[in-house]
Amino acid sequence: MALSYLASSSSRSNLLKPLSAALSCTPSFRRPISSAADDTRTLTIETSIPFTAHQCEPPSRSVDTTPKELLTFFRDMATMRRMEIAADSLYKAKLIRGFCHLYDGQEAVAVGMETAITKKDSIITAYRDHCIFLSRGGTLLEIFSELMGRQGGCSKGKGGSMHFYKKEAGFYGGHGIVGAQVPLGVGLAFAQKYSKDGTVAFALYGDGAANQGQLFEALNIAALWDLPAILVCENNHYGMGTAEWRAAKSPAYYKRGDYVPGLKVDGMDVLAVKQACKFAKEHALKNGPLILEMDTYRYHGHSMSDPGSTYRTRDEISGVRQERDPVERVRKLLLSHDLATEKELKDMEKEIRKEVDVAIAQAKESPMPEPYELFTNVYVKGLGVEAFGPDRKEVRALLP
Amino acid sequence: MAAVFQGLGAATALSVSNSLDSRKFLVSSRKSLSERKASFLVVRSDGRVVPRSNARGRRAEQLITNAVATKPDSSAASTTSKPGHELLLFEALREGLEEEMDRDPHVCVMGEDVGHYGGSYKVTKGLADKYGDLRVLDTPIAENSFTGMGIGAAMTGLRPIIEGMNMGFLLLAFNQISNNCGMLHYTSGGQFKIPVVIRGPGGVGRQLGAEHSQRLESYFQSIPGIQMVACSTPYNAKGLMKAAIRSENPVILFEHVLLYNLKERIPDEEYICSLEEAEMVRPGEHVTILTYSRMRYHVMQAAKTLVNKGYDPEVIDIRSLKPFDLYTIGNSVKKTHRVLIVEECMRTGGIGASLTAAITENFHDYLDAPIVCLSSQDVPTPYAGTLEEWTVVQPAQIVTAVEKLCQ
Repeated sequence: MALSYLASSSSRSNLLKPLSAALSCTPSFRRPISSAADDTRTLTIETSIPFTAHQCEPPSRSVDTTPKELLTFFRDMATMRRMEIAADSLYKAKLIRGFCHLYDGQEAVAVGMETAITKKDSIITAYRDHCIFLSRGGTLLEIFSELMGRQGGCSKGKGGSMHFYKKEAGFYGGHGIVGAQVPLGVGLAFAQKYSKDGTVAFALYGDGAANQGQLFEALNIAALWDLPAILVCENNHYGMGTAEWRAAKSPAYYKRGDYVPGLKVDGMDVLAVKQACKFAKEHALKNGPLILEMDTYRYHGHSMSDPGSTYRTRDEISGVRQERDPVERVRKLLLSHDLATEKELKDMEKEIRKEVDVAIAQAKESPMPEPYELFTNVYVKGLGVEAFGPDRKEVRALLP
Repeated sequence: MAAVFQGLGAATALSVSNSLDSRKFLVSSRKSLSERKASFLVVRSDGRVVPRSNARGRRAEQLITNAVATKPDSSAASTTSKPGHELLLFEALREGLEEEMDRDPHVCVMGEDVGHYGGSYKVTKGLADKYGDLRVLDTPIAENSFTGMGIGAAMTGLRPIIEGMNMGFLLLAFNQISNNCGMLHYTSGGQFKIPVVIRGPGGVGRQLGAEHSQRLESYFQSIPGIQMVACSTPYNAKGLMKAAIRSENPVILFEHVLLYNLKERIPDEEYICSLEEAEMVRPGEHVTILTYSRMRYHVMQAAKTLVNKGYDPEVIDIRSLKPFDLYTIGNSVKKTHRVLIVEECMRTGGIGASLTAAITENFHDYLDAPIVCLSSQDVPTPYAGTLEEWTVVQPAQIVTAVEKLCQ
């Protein structure tokens, strides 16, 4: 398929374009991690590329951060990376069934967003939700239990990979149907405006979902009533198996809001994401909705049943991994600013790996849901309706 | 037989848990009983365990009695007319809506033309002036997204009432209603409640054409996690509206385009109808006629003819389309042993089809004859008046069916 190869090679160069800004890599005196972990002096670091704005003023390229924050970034993203890779092996071992959509490569979006907001702000996303659930306060055990369908999972094993929710942390899921979460996200923003909370709602969707009609309907509604909704397009350039240039006439997703301002962000740079989300929150509270396009990339295929290499080349994937990997970028920052040594970071990764393994082992031991759980939570405070199995003899349960 | 008031059949007993001062409006108790002067019992069912046992057994737990008897064709003479006020069905809906909006600031309405225009069937007239634009929200014509928006808002604790200008338009929001509304409570392991009310007029009107005459109850009935109710009189319209708003589950309230101008006298005091109960319209001995919404009136018309011919039909307005009130229905079947279902849904896959299956499975031993189900024809509703008439069930057909059934 010569055409696709040519196109992908050109798009590959696009993907590789945002290289890190000049990082000082001269090794000098390095402080131990423990002191950097508590260090809260401000470092100002420039994002990899400037922001591109549509109908608004872009925020500055210089982002304030602290060593402590950078270390947290590294730890969180490394945990997410490790978790997704572990989920990959679990899926291949048939412990996770059905659909499993992995987020590795896109961790910077989850981590950067979480840093810029509070737990009172809401996030809603589609099915690629494991890492966002983690960043919103979920535990590894809950995640793996839910993925394996155990009752200790965040949705009691009844939701699965695509239905993670954490109400008390403002994480509204976890939705299987492409694009359907965006009107829900606008509804969250509506409720926030209704109760005058001073909080915002982030509705995440992908470049594939960006072509859904309900998105534009929701955008119209949000802009009409100045709802504090921020629509975040996680543009990983492939909607399932179709490249963005083959699905969208205009792949400039941040501009597609037309009258709604937009911002294009390097989604592999966690500091850029943080800056953009902070800017977006301020903007949304004052002026209404905003679109953020996060230019990011996923290493895995769309889901575990997709090898991910039939519509893109392995060179492209490894190219992005070498040049733009979010975890590596933070590692380089930490090393170059003498905030940690190589060994310390490696140790941290080993520790994370162990944590993940422990969580998986625990989740494997945990029990499957009880049979009566088939009928619980269908209705709230049930109706006293009796429920039967198909032969009307077994598994009778009175809905609580 | 014009009965002024109606207790339930012999098998039940009244249980009075709290006596309620009818003036008390802040009713927070689960089970309440308010009594009107003319011994008109109105009971609100609680959301808790309600024994909905089938014919096989009854638990002696808390009971719900329902006793509603309004004669739809002679409302002026039936209930003692001094207390209460007369109004039309759409006004009753509005009254219910207004009372609930007064009571709970989280209740809001959204839909097309509900605000400044006052609602295409005047159900929300005047509410925007009273409550403001945010609580009575005029949405753009985007059913999919504003239904989704309502559901998203409900996830955080608001209680929106989503109006579809015509039920048929909600087909555009089917994904939101099925996946996000019905299933979210389950897939989130109980974390999120979706207390929305989705309402709108449906059914065959006066030559509105095929696309505006749809009966969506048949499409929605399989969605797990939602409740469906159909109102038919001003009394139950107001009661069901209030119950639906207070329910923590998503409720779809089916109104009918042709019933909005029905007039009836309803009580002044606050009352709520149970969402899961059927209404005994006319007790009888020979045959059980199950119906809902507009067909109730066709059935009552046929009942007059039948009575003249010597039959004694028992007419039940099932009201609750999901779940079925198999308790009331079962008791009736045990008494009469013959069932006729009259509905406005299509023959294939309609409410009647499900009800036939449910009754056959549960009460097969009590039936003396196969269940007859009269439904609308499996055709798109034609525009021409005469053809449209023959799409839906007419009283004459009901009479014939009863006669055949009772042979």
